[in-house]
Amino acid sequence: MVILSQLFTGVSIGAVLLLIALGLSLTFGQMNVINMAHGEFIMAGAYTVYVLQQSITDAGLSLLVALPVAFGVTGVLGVILEFLLIRRLYTRPLDTLLVTWGVSLVLQQAARDVFGAPNVQTRAPDLLTGNVHIVGDLVLATNRLFILGLALAAVVVLSGVLRFSSLGRRIRAVVQNRDLAAVSGIPTGRVDRLTFFIGSGVAGVAGVALTLLGPIGPTMGTNIIIDAFLVVVVGGIGHLKGSVIVAFVLGVLQSMIEYSTTVSVAKVGVFIAIVAFLQWRPQGLFTLRTRSLA
Amino acid sequence: MIRSTFSSASLRVSAGFAAGAVLLFAVAPAALSDFRLGLLAKYLCIAMVAVGIGLAWGRGGLLTLGQGVFFGLGGYAMAMHLKLTDAGPGQLPDFMQLYGQLDELPAWWRPFASPYFALPAIVLLPMIVAFGLGSLVFRRRVRGAYFAILSQALAAAMAIFLIGQQGTTGGTNGLTDFEGFFGYDLDDPINQRMVYFIIAGTLLALLLLTRQLIRSRYGELLVAVRDSEERVRFLGYNPANVKLVAYVVAAGMAGLAGALFVPAVGIINPALIGIVPSIEFVIGVAVGGRATLLGPVLGAVAVAWAKTALSEQFPAAWTYLQGLLFIVVVAFLPGGLASLITLARRRFRRTSEESTAVGKPPSPAPAAAEEVAA
Repeated sequence: MVILSQLFTGVSIGAVLLLIALGLSLTFGQMNVINMAHGEFIMAGAYTVYVLQQSITDAGLSLLVALPVAFGVTGVLGVILEFLLIRRLYTRPLDTLLVTWGVSLVLQQAARDVFGAPNVQTRAPDLLTGNVHIVGDLVLATNRLFILGLALAAVVVLSGVLRFSSLGRRIRAVVQNRDLAAVSGIPTGRVDRLTFFIGSGVAGVAGVALTLLGPIGPTMGTNIIIDAFLVVVVGGIGHLKGSVIVAFVLGVLQSMIEYSTTVSVAKVGVFIAIVAFLQWRPQGLFTLRTRSLA
Repeated sequence: MIRSTFSSASLRVSAGFAAGAVLLFAVAPAALSDFRLGLLAKYLCIAMVAVGIGLAWGRGGLLTLGQGVFFGLGGYAMAMHLKLTDAGPGQLPDFMQLYGQLDELPAWWRPFASPYFALPAIVLLPMIVAFGLGSLVFRRRVRGAYFAILSQALAAAMAIFLIGQQGTTGGTNGLTDFEGFFGYDLDDPINQRMVYFIIAGTLLALLLLTRQLIRSRYGELLVAVRDSEERVRFLGYNPANVKLVAYVVAAGMAGLAGALFVPAVGIINPALIGIVPSIEFVIGVAVGGRATLLGPVLGAVAVAWAKTALSEQFPAAWTYLQGLLFIVVVAFLPGGLASLITLARRRFRRTSEESTAVGKPPSPAPAAAEEVAA
């Protein structure tokens, strides 16, 4: 029973990681860009809930409204970032990492100036504050179940868009071979911007989900973003399924090691496991087969 | 004909080092108060880390966002030795008695009582960790952003690990309150000056070492790996080994810096080695000029000084400025301030040439400075 509930904890950690890593794997896969400000987009999504709750008193309604609003807000933030900075740095992915780190510092400080440095609390709807008793003493928290559902829904919607829509077809074409896509008449610049909009928008949704788990603050993004990047690195770029599998595996692995030892040992254990895994598959779990040497 | 060993370049470098040595050893100690000199000692430690990052990142293209790990390994090794010496043989360090979780010294603390173990460990521990991670990662051709993320994850894991081990590492508080430094009382300002001189001397020695590395065959190979790893591989070299040397040397420098930071500043704790300080080491290098020898040193000292000057009075303004530094310097001036000097010199030379030789066709535009390409 303890193992089962620990397993559920792991799965729910994995669901949070997945929501964050989904957006990253889109933007990283599309433009080979490590967007360090992704964590601050999550924060922006979380503060969207806080702002909306100033005028919408019903917690459930505000949450429902916040999902699309946060998607739009952070999506637009992403497009602005792409337009102003990232598209100038195409050929220098490492420099993009440092530049977006600078952006994240600025956004964090902006949040501190607007909302104050201390964490703020948002209200969760009553429906999502209780527990569900399954069998015996196996108790699942409804907010974590909700996040799990949200993450899975996001995966279904995103992979549907990528597989069936014409935009998805164009995105996949640019990821697989940018030059060939361009000569085939695909406006790669516009596709980049749309991908960035969607990827960043998903960060906003992740931020909304995080408000259910605890108070929100200016530095909430930095704490979780490294784990999400590891998910993308281990999962491989260009496929969503890699991120999905790795997010859950990492989450369960972490909660299992945590259960048998401590949080701090779990972090080191997960890191060693990742380095060991990369010995086996250095390009991640799933890779795009290309002929490029890089 | 015998090639002159005193070419103008090596003369200029020798003159530069002499000027630097005079500045560090004579001017600064005379002009600065004890307090200011202590701050300078701290900045110079950060500059040592920057020299290593300049080698690994600027020359080798390895963006290492986890130098704090090696800084911390060196720092903790030194701090453990100082703590054990303060406590005396057979005694527990003060913080262990305070937390009261342990009856006797943990086994992995014991060797650090001996200076013959602790002093080599300062450099060797970071180098061993870097060798372990680097040889695993580079051999499998994990590179670019992937490597950067892994190095950053290592910094995060190390900081969280140390915080969790409150009883044996001091947890969040780290190790602090050192009384003596190899028999010298650290409260005495004279001895603090001595520590400053050790740090300044070490920095100069590291700069000389780096200069030799950069100008050697190996240095050429390192730049070649940065610019086109596959071509180097096709020429029959193993790029993994080339990168590994740069990474391990940079780690050793960071370890040494951490060890000297401990007597100079009097503390080492997880907040000094996690993700944020690790990436702050990098910004100084970027500002100064990542691929130059002196750029990282000057950039690191300037940024650290600006941080002290601004962050106490205007913490918000400093964060904005730091963010903007990352954005503006890296995006629009990737060669750092050093590239401004090169640019100005080139423009100056061209205008003087044009004025002397009118009608001569303009020389072909110089290729973008090799240092700038990343």
